[in-house]
Amino acid sequence: MNIWIEQQRALIDFTLASLARRKARNLGLLAVYTLLVFVLASVALFSHALRHEATRVLADAPEIVLQRMVAGRHDLIPPGYLEKIGRIRGVQKMEGRLWGYYYDPVIKANYTFMAPSAGGIERGTIVIGAALERVRGLAQETGISFRAYSGKLYSFVVADILPHDSELVSADLVLMHEDDFRAFFAFPAGHYTDIALAVANPQEVRNIAAKLADALPDSRPILREEMLRTYASIFSWREGIVLAILSGAILAFVILAWDKAAGLSAEEKREIGILKAIGWETGDVIRMKIWEGVLISLTAFLVGYVAAYLHVFRAGGVLFEPVLKGWAVLYPRFQLAPEIDGLAVATLFFFTVVPYTAAVLVPIWRAATTDPDAVMRS
Amino acid sequence: MIELIEVRKAFNQGKHNEFWALDGINLNIEAHRVTALCGPSGSGKTTLLTLIGCLARPTSGRARFKGEDISGLPERFLTQLRRRSFGFVFQQFNLIRGLSAEENVMLPAAPSGLPQQVVRARAAMLLDRLRLAHRRTARVEWLSGGEQQRVAIARALINDPEVLIADEPTANLDTTLAREFLAILESFAGEGRTVILSSHDPLVIQSAAVHRVINMRDGRIVDDN
Repeated sequence: MNIWIEQQRALIDFTLASLARRKARNLGLLAVYTLLVFVLASVALFSHALRHEATRVLADAPEIVLQRMVAGRHDLIPPGYLEKIGRIRGVQKMEGRLWGYYYDPVIKANYTFMAPSAGGIERGTIVIGAALERVRGLAQETGISFRAYSGKLYSFVVADILPHDSELVSADLVLMHEDDFRAFFAFPAGHYTDIALAVANPQEVRNIAAKLADALPDSRPILREEMLRTYASIFSWREGIVLAILSGAILAFVILAWDKAAGLSAEEKREIGILKAIGWETGDVIRMKIWEGVLISLTAFLVGYVAAYLHVFRAGGVLFEPVLKGWAVLYPRFQLAPEIDGLAVATLFFFTVVPYTAAVLVPIWRAATTDPDAVMRS
Repeated sequence: MIELIEVRKAFNQGKHNEFWALDGINLNIEAHRVTALCGPSGSGKTTLLTLIGCLARPTSGRARFKGEDISGLPERFLTQLRRRSFGFVFQQFNLIRGLSAEENVMLPAAPSGLPQQVVRARAAMLLDRLRLAHRRTARVEWLSGGEQQRVAIARALINDPEVLIADEPTANLDTTLAREFLAILESFAGEGRTVILSSHDPLVIQSAAVHRVINMRDGRIVDDN
């Protein structure tokens, strides 16, 4: 075992000394390689953390949301629907929800206005999301006016700011009293935007959704798992767009790396001949080259991945934030919880370290099997 | 120590340009002596050295090293034997550019599995003995011809081989450096090593350091004294 370790140490020493001879070429290759791993790992880490964050935030969302449809468009829930649902077995809790969109011409952005059914908000006051706090320069006890679609101006006092850790889904939220909400949007009494349902047995969610569709044929039940899937596919789609944009750069690198790794200069061939003549076996030459491939690709992988980790979880993923989070005017600002997907790490490792090491080996095999006496005759 | 029986060596065998570099060599080389293979270009000196040094196998005939038949050994065993028992000094020195003198000297020991500090200490001792201690960290391309040859000698000795093989060792040296090289050879024979070299340099062939001269022509031994 000690002999094997000493052999590998000697081979690594020679490989490092050998790499140091072509400093500019190898450092350039290492820099491009590291940058590529950094970009790919950043996108993967960012998207995975976003999906994880969305799942965490939506964990408390209702199992089913019921919307009424008119001519294929979302319409208000009229009075009497809550009573009809109440007769369906398995529904543990239900509540009519009041929410709507408001366009603020001052910052040219949409807010989501909502009246929480639990109450807790005084009339004339609002609780706002963190993005709104930043963009409009609001704080507790400051006032703000919104012009309703009727043209009438309504003034509110900010009672509180929503916690930052839910900013992914609450950045643009404005919570207000039910009466204020109905007055602002001229919302008829007894009507709701949609209905949130809690189901006693999670296994029954799909059955209850089917029953709801039967009982209220003009309505559409939306399941929490569907919302989660939608979020996941949105983030995956954005991840795909970034990767598609980067594919040109990735391809360019693959060509560069293949050319650098697979091309064996006359000088390198001569050196392999010398090594064989002075007592290296074909296996020793190949092992030395494997170390060369592994040292370059593993260093690039580790440095690139750690840099990507710091970029995403310490610097907030500044480089890809606009694309991966969304195109809204009100960007959520939040610290992503460090979350690493083992499969993604393994995939990235496989597609960066293995091909390069293989590319290094292909030409060596032929060169390393040449006769050692060629050196004497050269 | 080394015995060759009816050894023949062909290049491009079976092709239109087939060429027999060695043709029926019978030779016995004694241990602890300096033997010189001498002859014009194309006489087969270098090819004979490659067979003696286990760099190649004969096309036909037998080669024995310390009584053991080595002509049919698989490459792996031949390489191990070469690394353990033979040291080579090539005509063009064949040092690896960009590496230091010490790194070049240590290279043949890399596959041996010896601890690095032991190999480094041995390299330092050899470089010191060959008056190159002060050039230990210098890249080999910065060294003079004589210094490069001494690095090549140190490299040949790093695995402490019984046999030192030198191909045209004085071809790139002036008279002073050639004499210096012969003095080094003599010291090796004095300490019990076997030295086999090829040369057509009269300075080498007529030197007192060389115990035996074998003349070759057209792949055959024509004179042995």
